[in-house]
Amino acid sequence: MHHHSLSPRQYFILGLVGFSAPLGDTCLSRGMTAMASMTLAHPLSLLAAVFTPWIAFGIALLICFFASYLTALSWADLTFVLPATALGNVLVALLARFWLHEPISLERWAGIVLITLGVGFVAQGPSRTERNTSAEAEAAGIKLPNAVAEEPSR
Amino acid sequence: MTVPLPATQPGPWAAAAMIAAIVLASTTGEVFTAAAMKSIGDLDKIRARSGLMGAIRAVLTCPMFFSGVFFLALAFFSLLFALNHLNLSLVAPASASLTLVTNAIAGKIFLKENVDRRRWAAAVLVCVGVYLLAH
Repeated sequence: MHHHSLSPRQYFILGLVGFSAPLGDTCLSRGMTAMASMTLAHPLSLLAAVFTPWIAFGIALLICFFASYLTALSWADLTFVLPATALGNVLVALLARFWLHEPISLERWAGIVLITLGVGFVAQGPSRTERNTSAEAEAAGIKLPNAVAEEPSR
Repeated sequence: MTVPLPATQPGPWAAAAMIAAIVLASTTGEVFTAAAMKSIGDLDKIRARSGLMGAIRAVLTCPMFFSGVFFLALAFFSLLFALNHLNLSLVAPASASLTLVTNAIAGKIFLKENVDRRRWAAAVLVCVGVYLLAH
């Protein structure tokens, strides 16, 4: 059982996690900044925001993110998935620059480079902590109804 | 107010509080969700065995998944609120970077993940990168 190499399909899912989250956030930002300023005194105005087009589209993208994120977490560590998909932050900065027209300074470009380096670091390592399923469940402090049926061939 | 962004920028403490709320809620949510998904097992295999509905059922019958969703929903509404007051290019990277570090710590403590030197290096690099990005 080795998880060091991911299949192309798994790379695709990680890519989906990285892309859909910042794209969704950008849509949310576009929707929210277009709205009047909100206060905690009127929490219901947040619920009303959900039904505006940009926010709704952003939520659709974030649902897509969540499905791929859950899939990734089912075969990789949380501490692998999060840095590996951090490349999305680079994308969101570029989107903010070219779509929302927020400025990118030299420091921000340096940040983009560091994030990319960090992603490269984690991507070289194993995607999952090696251990058998029962120890895993014990570590998480939970009972497993479904995980017993792990294929013996792998 | 017709020019929402520069005119309504809150002070640094208010901004920090908004970001802290997102980070706290999303770290809790992500640890619960990751624990739930690990207990369920490889979703791709489950789907191959019992179809998409089987995979969805496996997720929806896991109680810990809903604890995760509750906190992630809390994080989402904190994000919506923060986006109304702050720039996306501050909120998204700042909350993502801090969440990355808090998750590395929480992953090691609660999920017993092997956070090796490579992963700490990645967490620090991405965190610093995001700090610069948010500046």
